[in-house]
Amino acid sequence: MSESPQPVAKCEISLTVNGQVVTVCVHAMDRLLDVLRHELGLAGTKEGCGEGECGSCSVLMDGMLVNSCLIPALQASGTNIVTIEGLASDGRLRVLQQAFLECGGAQCGICTPGMILAAHHLLRKNPQPTVEEIREGLSGNLCRCTGYMQIFEAVAEAGRREATT
Amino acid sequence: MKKGSIVGASVPRKEGRGKVTGQARYVDDMVLPGMLYGATVRSRLPRGKIKKFNFGPGINWNEFVVVSPEDIPGKNCIALLDEDQPCLADGIANHPEEPLLLLAHADRHVFPKAVEAVSVEYDPLPAIFSMEESERLSQIIWGADNTFESFVIEKGDVDAVWENADHIVEGEYTTGAQEHLYIENNGMIAAFDQRQGLTVWGSLQCPFYVHKALMKLCDLPADRVRVVQMETGGAFGGKEEYPSMIAAHAALLAIKSGKPVKIIYDRMEDMAATTKRHPSRTRHRTAVSKDGSILGGEIEFTLDGGAYKTLSPVVLSRGAIHAGGPYYWPSIRIRARAVATNAPPHGAFRGFGAPQSLFALERHMDRIAHAVGLSSVEIRRRNLLKPGQTTTTGQVVREEINLGKLLDRALELSDYYAKKEKFAAENQQGRQKKGIGIAAFLHGAGFTGSGERYLGSVVGVEAGADGSVRILVSSTEFGQGTKTALCQIVAEALGLRYEDVGIAQPDTKEVPNSGPTVASRTVMVVGKLVQSAAAGIKQTLTARGMLGDSYSPEEFRAACRAYVAEHGKFRCLARYEQPDDVAWDEKEHRGSAYAAFAWAVYVAEVSVDLATYSVSVDDFVALQEVGKVLHPVLASGQIIGGVAQAIGFALYEKVIWEKGRMQNGQMTNYIMPTSADLPAIRVYFEELGNVHGAYGAKGIGELPMDGPAPAILNAIEDALDVPFNSIPLLPEDIFDALAERAAPESAIPLARGKP
Repeated sequence: MSESPQPVAKCEISLTVNGQVVTVCVHAMDRLLDVLRHELGLAGTKEGCGEGECGSCSVLMDGMLVNSCLIPALQASGTNIVTIEGLASDGRLRVLQQAFLECGGAQCGICTPGMILAAHHLLRKNPQPTVEEIREGLSGNLCRCTGYMQIFEAVAEAGRREATT
Repeated sequence: MKKGSIVGASVPRKEGRGKVTGQARYVDDMVLPGMLYGATVRSRLPRGKIKKFNFGPGINWNEFVVVSPEDIPGKNCIALLDEDQPCLADGIANHPEEPLLLLAHADRHVFPKAVEAVSVEYDPLPAIFSMEESERLSQIIWGADNTFESFVIEKGDVDAVWENADHIVEGEYTTGAQEHLYIENNGMIAAFDQRQGLTVWGSLQCPFYVHKALMKLCDLPADRVRVVQMETGGAFGGKEEYPSMIAAHAALLAIKSGKPVKIIYDRMEDMAATTKRHPSRTRHRTAVSKDGSILGGEIEFTLDGGAYKTLSPVVLSRGAIHAGGPYYWPSIRIRARAVATNAPPHGAFRGFGAPQSLFALERHMDRIAHAVGLSSVEIRRRNLLKPGQTTTTGQVVREEINLGKLLDRALELSDYYAKKEKFAAENQQGRQKKGIGIAAFLHGAGFTGSGERYLGSVVGVEAGADGSVRILVSSTEFGQGTKTALCQIVAEALGLRYEDVGIAQPDTKEVPNSGPTVASRTVMVVGKLVQSAAAGIKQTLTARGMLGDSYSPEEFRAACRAYVAEHGKFRCLARYEQPDDVAWDEKEHRGSAYAAFAWAVYVAEVSVDLATYSVSVDDFVALQEVGKVLHPVLASGQIIGGVAQAIGFALYEKVIWEKGRMQNGQMTNYIMPTSADLPAIRVYFEELGNVHGAYGAKGIGELPMDGPAPAILNAIEDALDVPFNSIPLLPEDIFDALAERAAPESAIPLARGKP
């Protein structure tokens, strides 16, 4: 749910999003999620619960996995943000995205951007995770469609493919 | 292309690329110029006469567009089976989430405060909150007797069986409400102009349900209402009915304001106000011979429908028809009833009544086993339906299904007997008690009885000016794989590559009405129709000598191009015709209820921790016969996802009610399974094939919702030797039962007070 900001003046913040420096004029307590979706038109980041429970709005902030619905705009000032739009470059899918496609890791797709960012974050820390490590690494991202098993397969498969290329 | 290489192959999901790159567009991702945001003022009382609205201070109300029932151009209702549910409460509110007024404003931030600032003066009316209160008629809140629907299914002479029964086994089983918890909340955008009429874009399952409701509400002809489905982030039945309500609200605001209006629910509003699975109560009384044969039984199946009828009669029908499960009943009487309470209407949810009645039956089978002194396996084996026998509605099982073999294979895959023995030995000590349980069940594919005939679904396949092939259906994709499976079928039928076939986004202006995307009907019923329509395209070309018997995709394309160049348009339609062996008497609930059933045996292994009273499911075997599996990855995905959702139904997901209102409408306090909570869910298929579906496919999506809950509770009984007959089953329920068993007569200082 969008919290009603106090009637205070907006402020200008700059941040790096998917490699580009952007400056936006927002309320200090606006959510990073809204800054991305409404100010920057990056609609790939999804809202599921608005209270940090489902992980659909996951993005990377300075390399950390965060729920963008819980990050006030001011806190994001000066940081480096990566969203789902920043993962595939030149229209080419990453190995992880391709693995999600092939293994059935995406069904309705609404949790998928956040799930892929969480998996990407996990694989950077731990390139060949065990199933237990995948379960743990993705436990902050809810999926109602898949029952998770095919997501685990996708992440493990991406780890294997990255290791052999 | 080799025949048979596309159907049965796990091709990439048609819309998958957009989903893994974040490019897929859902309704909240769409912004129209000048768009306003809409919000809903709801009743705060379960039942009352509305006297007056007060628009509180501190808000500049001149900036708002306000819609009240007087602004409705047509009839104030959400037309579905009936027209009893108003779009906005007119004089009386019948549940605590009932919409009363609508607000729109250009700044979405103003809403929580503005909605709260509208206060309502009521004359409160007495309300009822349970099926029992509703049955007692302590208040009449709907119709003459609080009953949306009641009927009896009768087979044989059940009154004659009791006298000669060696055992008469009785039991009562209940299930709670369950929230769908699709991760994308409900949302709609509406725009209106005098020339083009009304257009809505939204997250929805059934474009023509919304279309019908809007025509009635806005008093517009069919061609002036257009409904477009956006990418839809999960549905599970939860976007079957309620999207019509939200579309109606957005439409009224758009008509009054003259601007496009977007309504997106937040999680709490979505959970509290929209439909949930019907709470149920099932009573069984069964006559059994000493060798374990079922002689006959009486089943009383009751659903809490909430405040308005919505789809309750249909949910009731499917639940009651499935109440006898995959067993042979020489005689049976099933009394079914859906009653009204002052809660938001309950609605469609994956399984549609069957998970409720099958939970009861499959728990009851274990109870019968105990009473007779047989194992859980034997009691089932002795009563499983065989080809040539009839179901409870008198439908002859024509498929060559061998359920005994299915049962054996499930036992083998789960290593059932070895585990059963091992757990019995190990449970003598330690705080972890382990158990294993089974459930055998079936699920009818497609609409019940004559439903498909009434729908008369139509689909189209067309070739474009460039020779490309496109499927035209109103069947929607919301994760289950509609687009992929239908494209596979058409590619197979035309001998094309999967990439050569496209599918239109459901838009009531562009596609024929192929019916709602519900009831596990899409692949079986709509799939068969697109196969026919595709055959029509091919026949047209070959009959005119434009295409030979064998051809390359390029030759096919060229032939289509030539046809379009000559005729301007190339489209073949196919309409559903009821097969001869599907005859149904809907008054008596007799005959062929479904064109095909999917069959399954599931085995759950659990451990219960006697320090925390929590249950974990350690292994899960899901074995099913669903006809031809068109796409192994998608099919497994349906089964795994359904089992996960059913584990939630059994062990986690509890709606806390207070006077008809959900109190825990957040993901923090309504708990669904996370990736850390689930066992390895092992999926296996038997493939018998089926005459009615495309390439032998049957329905699959709902089946996995039916079996896990009873299998898990059967396993818990195996572990603890305590029968639990109510779900969701939470650790506190297990604690209470064990405390009671430890000291049945005395007051127990340790036990928590029971409500």
